[in-house]
Amino acid sequence: MDITVRMPQLGESVTEGTVSAWLKKPGDRVERYEPLLEVITDKVNAEVPSPESGVVKELLVAEGQTVPVGTPICVLEGEGAGAGAPAPPTAEAAQAGPAEAGTARAARPEAGPGAGAAGTEASARGRYSPAVRRLAREHGVDLALVRGTGAGGRVTREDVERFVREAAEAPAGRPVAAEAPAAQAPAATPAPAPALAAGQPAGPVAPPEPGPDDEVVPLTPIRRSIAQNMVLSTSTIPRAWSMVEADVTGLERLIRARGEEFRAREGVALTYLPFAVLAAVAGLRAVPRLNASWAGDRIIVHRRIHIGIAVATEAGLIVPVIRDADRLSIAGLARAIAELAEKARAGRLTLAEVQGGTFTVDNTGALGTELSVPIVVPGQTGIVTTERAKRKPVAVGDAIAIRTMMPLCLSMDHRVVDGADAGRFLGVMRARLESFDEATGLY
Amino acid sequence: MADWKEAGLTAEDLVGMYRAMLLARRLDERQWVLNRMGRAPFVISCQGHEAAQVGCAWALTPGKDFVLPYYRDLGVVLTVGMTPREVMLDFLARAEGPSSGGRQMPGHYSHPRLRIVSQSSTVAVQALHAAGIAYAARMRGEDSVCYVSFGEGAAQQGDVHEAFNWAGIYRLPVIFVCENNKYAISVSHTKQMAVENVADRAAGYGFPGVVVDGSDPVAVYRAMKEAVERARKGEGATLIEAKVERLVPHSSDDDDRTYRSREEVEEAKKRDPLLTFAERLKKEGLLDDARREELEAEVKRAVDDATEYAEKAADPRPQDLYTRLYATAPAVGGEAAPGA
Amino acid sequence: MPEKTFIEAIHDAMDEEMARDPSVVLLGEDVGLRGGVFRASTGLIEKYGERRVIDTPLAESSIAGVAIGMALNGLRPIAEMQFADFSFPAFNQIQSEAARFHYRSNGGWSVPLVVRMPYGGGPGVHGALYHSQSVEAFYAHIPGLKVVLPGTPYDAKGMLKAAIRDDDPVIFLEHKRAYRSVRGEVPDGDYTVPLGPAEVRREGRHVTIFAYGYMLHESLRAAEELAKSGVECTVVDVRSLKPLDVKTIAEAARLTGRVLVVHEDNRSFGAGAEIAAIVAEEALMYLDAPVRRLTGPDVPGIGFNHVFEVEFTPDAAKIARAARELAEF
Repeated sequence: MDITVRMPQLGESVTEGTVSAWLKKPGDRVERYEPLLEVITDKVNAEVPSPESGVVKELLVAEGQTVPVGTPICVLEGEGAGAGAPAPPTAEAAQAGPAEAGTARAARPEAGPGAGAAGTEASARGRYSPAVRRLAREHGVDLALVRGTGAGGRVTREDVERFVREAAEAPAGRPVAAEAPAAQAPAATPAPAPALAAGQPAGPVAPPEPGPDDEVVPLTPIRRSIAQNMVLSTSTIPRAWSMVEADVTGLERLIRARGEEFRAREGVALTYLPFAVLAAVAGLRAVPRLNASWAGDRIIVHRRIHIGIAVATEAGLIVPVIRDADRLSIAGLARAIAELAEKARAGRLTLAEVQGGTFTVDNTGALGTELSVPIVVPGQTGIVTTERAKRKPVAVGDAIAIRTMMPLCLSMDHRVVDGADAGRFLGVMRARLESFDEATGLY
Repeated sequence: MADWKEAGLTAEDLVGMYRAMLLARRLDERQWVLNRMGRAPFVISCQGHEAAQVGCAWALTPGKDFVLPYYRDLGVVLTVGMTPREVMLDFLARAEGPSSGGRQMPGHYSHPRLRIVSQSSTVAVQALHAAGIAYAARMRGEDSVCYVSFGEGAAQQGDVHEAFNWAGIYRLPVIFVCENNKYAISVSHTKQMAVENVADRAAGYGFPGVVVDGSDPVAVYRAMKEAVERARKGEGATLIEAKVERLVPHSSDDDDRTYRSREEVEEAKKRDPLLTFAERLKKEGLLDDARREELEAEVKRAVDDATEYAEKAADPRPQDLYTRLYATAPAVGGEAAPGA
Repeated sequence: MPEKTFIEAIHDAMDEEMARDPSVVLLGEDVGLRGGVFRASTGLIEKYGERRVIDTPLAESSIAGVAIGMALNGLRPIAEMQFADFSFPAFNQIQSEAARFHYRSNGGWSVPLVVRMPYGGGPGVHGALYHSQSVEAFYAHIPGLKVVLPGTPYDAKGMLKAAIRDDDPVIFLEHKRAYRSVRGEVPDGDYTVPLGPAEVRREGRHVTIFAYGYMLHESLRAAEELAKSGVECTVVDVRSLKPLDVKTIAEAARLTGRVLVVHEDNRSFGAGAEIAAIVAEEALMYLDAPVRRLTGPDVPGIGFNHVFEVEFTPDAAKIARAARELAEF
């Protein structure tokens, strides 16, 4: 069999060699280890021995010619079966056994082809890289709306850039927002996190052009955010609505009797809202399903209760969050509400204070309304309003009495809960509101 | 004691040498005082080595010959031209100190104008620098020589042997001086080497090694003068081993009572070169008591002046920490920046 | 412009500087009659004589220490460590002495010294544990040194000339695989390349790769390959670790937000860690993926067997894989 002799590497860092002389010519016999040719490199001049015994068949490189290391330079006609360059056995073996190779890879500390990337699958959702967050802030993008193409569905910088580009290029009426799966917005709130193009109508209707008598009001980030969330809610959440009336005569008396003292002691007014929150919390305890998020293929029920409270500000509606509202007393809730409302109006809320709500209570009655159909905050399942408390004649037993009545209106995500859940929640909330009287402890 | 006339010294030289030894001793003593008062963090002493140091330096040409001292060589640097003020500025780590502007510990002398080359705390490394300096001097046709010193402990470092080897191969104008005080901090010379003399090793590198009594400045001077002459003539290096006594602990942070008997120290003090040299000068009629007291007073004034000057001198500023890291400004970034 | 190998560029730089300035000397093991074991100083002893081209005793501490002395007394020595692996006996002279002379003497002394060190290994080098190490991290940690690792013949010549003319000690690292396998245009005659600024060798918007020395070429090959499938890489030739071009590094990181640092040196506490830290400090808000390092593993050198060489050494395929993962993150 034929044996190919190659230009050897003669010395560290040497990459080529020059054949200075052939010591054998075709037809000559050569013994293994007998000098076959002379090679000059820029490091050495050396006699190169034959790798095997045999007869020189062909010289492939002429004297004086320079070739890279590894180039075939000569063919020998070998003798016997053992001829030919010995295969490097360990090398092949090490790479052949798949099991062994697999173990080796696993053990290699730096191996994790993306040791970093591998771990992202589960946690990618809702976590954004600094670059993505910066871009979102600069362009007013609500990241919940951006489809992620990165590892584990992660939103990448390119995804945000594409979103911005497409939004800018989108023909009027194209629902950019529809790109966002609702499931990717757990616990999103209409917070001052701005959202791009959110105000665009979800239908194929061209936005109106301003006429000579119109005033154009540029969108503030907060207005955009509200618009976007409302669109998202109404376009993705099948809403159901229920209403009950609660008799808050006792509560009214309680506030009237002890309001002054409370304000003097706590520095904040005693209003219906902390009682409404306390009552809503009781309802959520009874119906945990209302304290949940729709997540596409499953429902995530939250153990902790964080109540969003709607606050009207000059800039628009803001919903700061009372974290762990179920752990607070009336006084604690009153203080928390007063503090958040003041921060909201002063524009000093932190991101943490407007994120993570699991249910919303809106004291619309403070604005004088008697009936509302609230919109569920995307990522939550329910929102309850407390309407204006009004003295009116009601049947008490067989008699007619004048009582102070307050309507409670609940909107809910019908994917998560049904009418029975709503009824039960409202029943518990009403009972709790009706239980308050002048003897109720505030602490 | 060696014959001073034969060594080529004058009576004036001898008194000058005594004065230099006295100045070194009194400055050194003042440093201990300041240390024990809490005004100076660290003293590394020359006491007991003064005769060897002054004897060596007396044979050098200041400003022409290179001096690579080691940390005890106060007597050497004073003799080639450092002033008491400069020594005290360095001792108190003042900004104005010529050696390092407050960066290095005391005893790490540097004075470019006097060709005193900056030292490290890593011992023996300077032996190789001396070989390189001498090689360069010869290549450029200068007839300067290079004095380099170290203790017998440092003589065990590889760098000293490698330097001997270079000096031997290239017949370099280096004078290696080993001030052998028999202790490397606490470890006796008998645990440092199996031969009696460091100087015996010179033979192995192809140049002469001589042993001299390091308490006799005249003997040291004579050996040094011969070595300097050989070096200037291109005849190569010499190793001089001066047998000296260390009269105090290794440093102000050391207590030698754990490893050295008091009797031994008392015995050593009897050979204090300052005393023995003064007696000899008196015997030979070169220095009477009145002249000696004059010298004492003169030296005390110099030491007082240096102390006062240095104590009043400014500390370096915090921002001086970041300067003079590079001689050629880096092409990007600053020279050095605060860590935080 | 003539094309030359990396080692020819090194040779030419020394030759031209020795001709230009009589204070330049070369010292090291086998640099004289043999012209260096890598032949970098071929012919110099004939041209400049054995006083200026010095075959030293086989003692690295003395090579560094004597060179320091020469530099203190008016010469501009180039000290060759035969292999970077053997520089450690000289480490104390370099770190305690050369690097500190200027600082510790408050500017009184300076050490214009170049220490040339062939370093690195990889497939085909067969340098094993003691002829293939990358040593840059040790030296780059030391204030007072300049540490450069050119990747191209052009830079090799221009940076070596700049290093020789610099008044500070410069550790000049030459990758052995580059010596004869890397060719490039090298102008005849005098020019210098400043020690410090990094060079952007290729621009792309998806991933930024930082590399130097031989890894620059593997990175450029990887970028070429990735471009075929639409992944565009920026490749930055860092080429100086001390000083480090923080500005260019930060800008290049911001450009893509996805950063891969490649070096052959061991992973831990290496140049990659420093570059990653700079990216974190200077470009965090632009990052869209974790910073990744692709490096030699934390084992003591490259094993002699070629299987070990391949396993140890980052190459174009490994770089492309890592960069692609980053692009897809």
